[in-house]
Amino acid sequence: MSAILRKIIAPGGIPAWGIRVIASRTYSSSAGGKEMTVRDALNSALDEEMSADPSVLLMGEEVGEYQGAYKISKGLLDKYGPKRVIDTPITEAGFTGMAVGAAYHGLRPVVEFMTFNFSMQAIDHIINSAAKSNYMSSGQISVPIVFRGPNGAAAGVGAQHSQCYAAWYASCPGLKVLVPYNSEDARGLLKAAIRDPDPVVFLENELLYGESFPISAEALDSSFCLPIGKAKIEREGKDVTIVAFSKMVGYALKAAEILAKEGVSAEVINLRSIRPLDRATINTSVRKTNRLVTVEEGFPQHGVGAEICASIVEESFEYLDAPVERITGADVPMPYAANLERMAVPQVEDIVRAAKRTCYRSVPVAVNA
Amino acid sequence: MALSTHRTTTALLRHLTPAISYLRHISTDSTSTITVETSVPFTGHKIDPPSRSVDTTAQELMSFFRDMALMRRMEIAADSLYKAKLIRGFCHLYDGQEAVAVGMEAAITRKDCIITAYRDHCIFLGRGGTLLESFSELMGRKDGCSKGKGGSMHFYKKEGGFYGGHGIVGAQIPLGCGLAFAQKYKNDENVTFTLYGDGAANQGQLFEALNMAALWDLPAILVCENNHYGMGTAEWRAAKSPAYYKRGDYVPGLKVDGMDALAVKQACRFAKEHALTNGPIILEMDTYRYHGHSMSDPGSTYRTRDEISGVRQERDPIERVRKLLLAYDIANEKELKDIEKEARKQVDEAIAKAKESPLPEPSELFTNVYVKGYGVESFGADRKEIRAALP
Repeated sequence: MSAILRKIIAPGGIPAWGIRVIASRTYSSSAGGKEMTVRDALNSALDEEMSADPSVLLMGEEVGEYQGAYKISKGLLDKYGPKRVIDTPITEAGFTGMAVGAAYHGLRPVVEFMTFNFSMQAIDHIINSAAKSNYMSSGQISVPIVFRGPNGAAAGVGAQHSQCYAAWYASCPGLKVLVPYNSEDARGLLKAAIRDPDPVVFLENELLYGESFPISAEALDSSFCLPIGKAKIEREGKDVTIVAFSKMVGYALKAAEILAKEGVSAEVINLRSIRPLDRATINTSVRKTNRLVTVEEGFPQHGVGAEICASIVEESFEYLDAPVERITGADVPMPYAANLERMAVPQVEDIVRAAKRTCYRSVPVAVNA
Repeated sequence: MALSTHRTTTALLRHLTPAISYLRHISTDSTSTITVETSVPFTGHKIDPPSRSVDTTAQELMSFFRDMALMRRMEIAADSLYKAKLIRGFCHLYDGQEAVAVGMEAAITRKDCIITAYRDHCIFLGRGGTLLESFSELMGRKDGCSKGKGGSMHFYKKEGGFYGGHGIVGAQIPLGCGLAFAQKYKNDENVTFTLYGDGAANQGQLFEALNMAALWDLPAILVCENNHYGMGTAEWRAAKSPAYYKRGDYVPGLKVDGMDALAVKQACRFAKEHALTNGPIILEMDTYRYHGHSMSDPGSTYRTRDEISGVRQERDPIERVRKLLLAYDIANEKELKDIEKEARKQVDEAIAKAKESPLPEPSELFTNVYVKGYGVESFGADRKEIRAALP
């Protein structure tokens, strides 16, 4: 696969090196490729799947008349009516349980959590009523449901609205946990999730909703689906592997650009799927580069990076030339003050620094905010 | 109990000794209507209760007796199996509450759905489950209804409209309202009965689900099996208002003598009609469990033995049907005893067969994690030793 350079739009402006690189795509497509925001990608995926299968319905707070708290479901109520696009009261435990029950009976609900922080009110239904049912019933009760919504930190929303739930949900057998990064991911993974016969937790990112990414003609087709459980190599490299998901993929790609200038060739892996975790792709990459940095927004203890590190140590220990590095959110509840918040989430320079450490390059001391 | 009847044979024979079996008054197969008045009237909350006069037939009463006798025997046998350590973990027995299971079945079809909590063995039987599936599951064998992977609390029979078997108190209530949601979505003119106990009646998610069921007119019937104890806590210690049939506030409710199979049938039929046109309704079944909360609970530290034996004497559901059958000369004492012996025999045979059923294959550890596993890897305790690709 040829190297892929993606058009990178930095939130807040032109990247530091002042070059905007226009993407060349892997898929064959007409010249002058299209772009699509993640929001539109999700909206179109929902629209197409609802159109194709009358048993697919959307329920959640403000998904109907308000057009979606983040406008992801814009236009769907008008198109499909209140029977299929349902505004619920603010009762997560109740409506999540009801959606799971509807899935028991053969419907294919898509449950929107306004943010995944609120999913904690319904987590018993996600785990005990949805994830475990197929196993406990030995295949009698399957649960073709999708739980989706923004996950992780937004900007300035404070401790109760900023947690990343990837590690929690991904630890549970019976669930699938998907994390799109760009628009192609959003479309392909959401369509795959809705078609999947098992419960899927679909973790979006609020700050990515408005970001625009190139999208191929293939990805725009209504039959387009991405495989579940397969990571994507966003950028090939040979010196260090950087594994990330969701918004951190963008940061990892920026870090890779910076590292390239310093002669370090980084391979960036976009996980796309936390459960199943594509251990094969990560291990193959690390066996090539011999160095690994994992990046995530969530809390460090028992996080996704911890699992990846354990997996590499188990499968590819002899290939490591340096200890595995983890870049994660800070081990504190998310603070509000802008400078503290900045310290509480990974920044591009953190990824660069960690990658250099794996290469035994000297690094400047981290600057405190 | 009033004995107004429509009979096909003469009333004269009523005075002959019932032991003369060839002078049967009403054939056990007879489907001609017998009308019985329930001993306790229904009490309504924001609704006019149904009549106390319940139509039944000899055939139906016989089936009540047979089914309840089987259920009773099954639960008592499970008690012994648990003490013999053939059943492990949790085992919550339903003996005393059988009238709810059989009365409900008499009022509905298998296209209607039932979902309940963990005291689910008898509901499973009512929905078409077999004794073999039940005992095999309890003993964790592959012929169990969940192939041994569920256990006592996770019996299911989807083709019979039974959606489990749930261990988390109260969780089944939103799930049941979701089943009703799907029924309405599909326009299939069926209803869902969601069973829960007096302990679960205080759960917040009940009120969340009830609100949505009422808002969206779902065909959901919430059935509180009030056996008056939530584990070891009596209802008056757990609920400020133990009038569970009223707790729906804007949702109508009915209080029912849950130890009377005919009253249960009447209430369930009434509720089904209501739910199909007017949305949710709550049924509070006044019932009683003879066993403790589970096999780890003797059940006598928070209630007196007198109370338990008192209920057994005065209100036992099987005894009530027996009295009806005898009073209407549908069967005699011996015949009914024979039925109970037959039930015992069926249970013993099923247990013997279940004991022969093997434990699941080790490979079953990794099956049904997903419907579609994409060949993903899963691991045993020592992942270097045991791994599997999920089908």
